[in-house]
Amino acid sequence: MNWITNYVRPKINSLFSRRETPDNLWTKCPECGTMLFHRELADNQNVCTSCDHHMAISPRERFTALFDGGIFTEVKVPEPIVDPLHFRDQKKYPDRLKAAQKASGEREAMLVAEGEIARTPIVAVAQDFSFMAGSMGMFVGNAMVAAAQAAVKHKRPLVVFTAAGGARMQEGILSLMQMPRTTVAVQMVREAGLPYVTVLTHPTTGGVTASYAMLGDIQMAEPNALICFAGPRVIEQTIREKLPEGFQRAEYLLDHGMLDRVTHRKELKDELVTILRMLTGQPPAIKGELTAPATK
Amino acid sequence: MNYLEFEKPLAEIEGKAEELRALARANPSMDVAKEAEGLDRKAETMLKDLYKALNPWQKCQVARHQDRPHCKDYIEGLFTEFTPLAGDRNFADDHAIMGGLARFNDQAVVVMGQEKGHDTKTRIERNFGMARPEGYRKAIRLMEMADRFRLPVVTLVDTPGAYPGKGAEERGQAEAIARATEKSLMLGVPVISVVIGEGGSGGAVALATANRIAMLEHSIYSVISPEGCASILWKDSDKMREAAEALRLTAQDLQKLGVIDRIVKEPLGGAQRGRKETIEAVGKAIEAMLKELSGKKPEALIKDRREKFLDMGVKGLAA
Repeated sequence: MNWITNYVRPKINSLFSRRETPDNLWTKCPECGTMLFHRELADNQNVCTSCDHHMAISPRERFTALFDGGIFTEVKVPEPIVDPLHFRDQKKYPDRLKAAQKASGEREAMLVAEGEIARTPIVAVAQDFSFMAGSMGMFVGNAMVAAAQAAVKHKRPLVVFTAAGGARMQEGILSLMQMPRTTVAVQMVREAGLPYVTVLTHPTTGGVTASYAMLGDIQMAEPNALICFAGPRVIEQTIREKLPEGFQRAEYLLDHGMLDRVTHRKELKDELVTILRMLTGQPPAIKGELTAPATK
Repeated sequence: MNYLEFEKPLAEIEGKAEELRALARANPSMDVAKEAEGLDRKAETMLKDLYKALNPWQKCQVARHQDRPHCKDYIEGLFTEFTPLAGDRNFADDHAIMGGLARFNDQAVVVMGQEKGHDTKTRIERNFGMARPEGYRKAIRLMEMADRFRLPVVTLVDTPGAYPGKGAEERGQAEAIARATEKSLMLGVPVISVVIGEGGSGGAVALATANRIAMLEHSIYSVISPEGCASILWKDSDKMREAAEALRLTAQDLQKLGVIDRIVKEPLGGAQRGRKETIEAVGKAIEAMLKELSGKKPEALIKDRREKFLDMGVKGLAA
């Protein structure tokens, strides 16, 4: 206990650790530990260039990579009542919301967009796990309904990228009611004869899996994504045994008949285009990088 | 009588009265009638006070009370010619969800619900009312049959939640729940639900996506158990009282939120102290709800159900 251990050593340590992982410039792959340069990682859609581990990607980054020339139009989502239950745990719910908004720069855990992929018009929805674990509350319900209405109105397929810890507990029963509510949204798309494709990304769990995620005409997932109703920890506590390696991962679900395909993020766009064009009676797409669609 | 934790003072008084009466039976010369009656009156006043304003956590305990009538009791008490139907035609028959054809006031219906069991043996057999995918797939099959033959569907909801097990996950628990909810929304026949005990999360929704939803006065319906919520948000599962409060899971709050349509009153001291009256009251509610929907065309019933859920929560607690 002297000034060296109290003051100098932490200072030196912090200097070194900062040099090892400078903020924003380098990301360490949580799977293989490789240090990845931020630009390289972004160009690779947040997939590790060394081990192919799929890291989280924000809805906006995903849409930029997905839509032709990175151009898309946001679909407006009707605002729900904020904090319908006046919920308070250790923090007030509105404070948690504000913190999440500040950290992500987004309004809520779901983004809805219209645009073209390989000149194929679609409506796309992406869920943001970094925003309160992507949890499904009234806003997510509203977003799904708005997306379905936009798809029906413009006769476009609906593609949903899911990522969620489940229901938004802070909205209590109203979050649970988003299960039937989002199911109605899926039915609207289906009744209009339009394709509804889900892409399940890491992690997709709870009430989200048990509603719109599992109702796709086609269900795809990104490699190694955790997809489940009850999480592994809850199951281990219930059955008191260790779960096998790879349990509830995308490949495991594919083996058990719950998914159509497990697809690498970089190949998703091409696969979606191929599938959607066949389902909607359009000729094969022109492959390759396309510029933004011409504005009318 | 099995007493709940908050009923302990009551248990003491009732125990004393019982002791006195036992003494008198042993010594016929003793006159304890007056004293025992006094204790009875005291117990009744206490019961009234206790149940006048149950807090949400106490309601959770009452909702889970082992002596409450369960699904099977309601089916036996309210329906005739009950013919249980089994199996999902795919993997197994799940005993956590029971259902089949039956008559309600002579009208043929499909009735189903989660059954928790009433002793160790039946609880294990029923898996404590926690269904696996087979249970939901059986429910879907019964719903389809009801739709085809134009029979109303009556569901009785009482589950801690869907079973979180290895096999259940492998066989698509989430998909089975999603499809059951979806099927409920597609039925061209009246669907009515009564939450009779615990409405536990997605496992409950799968059987409660109805045109009309009623709840027993002391039943609960929630996105997560208070214990689960406490361990996630408070990082302390002992904070279930606070979580129960915050979640607004009581029938009274759910009616204010516009999630349920009616509350069925329970006798003094909860359904466990008046099983017969409770079953009758639920019967009256089912009758009234079926009447509200009778004569409606299939399309109108589907539209009514969809709009009910689309509009839900739009008004918040002010509703």
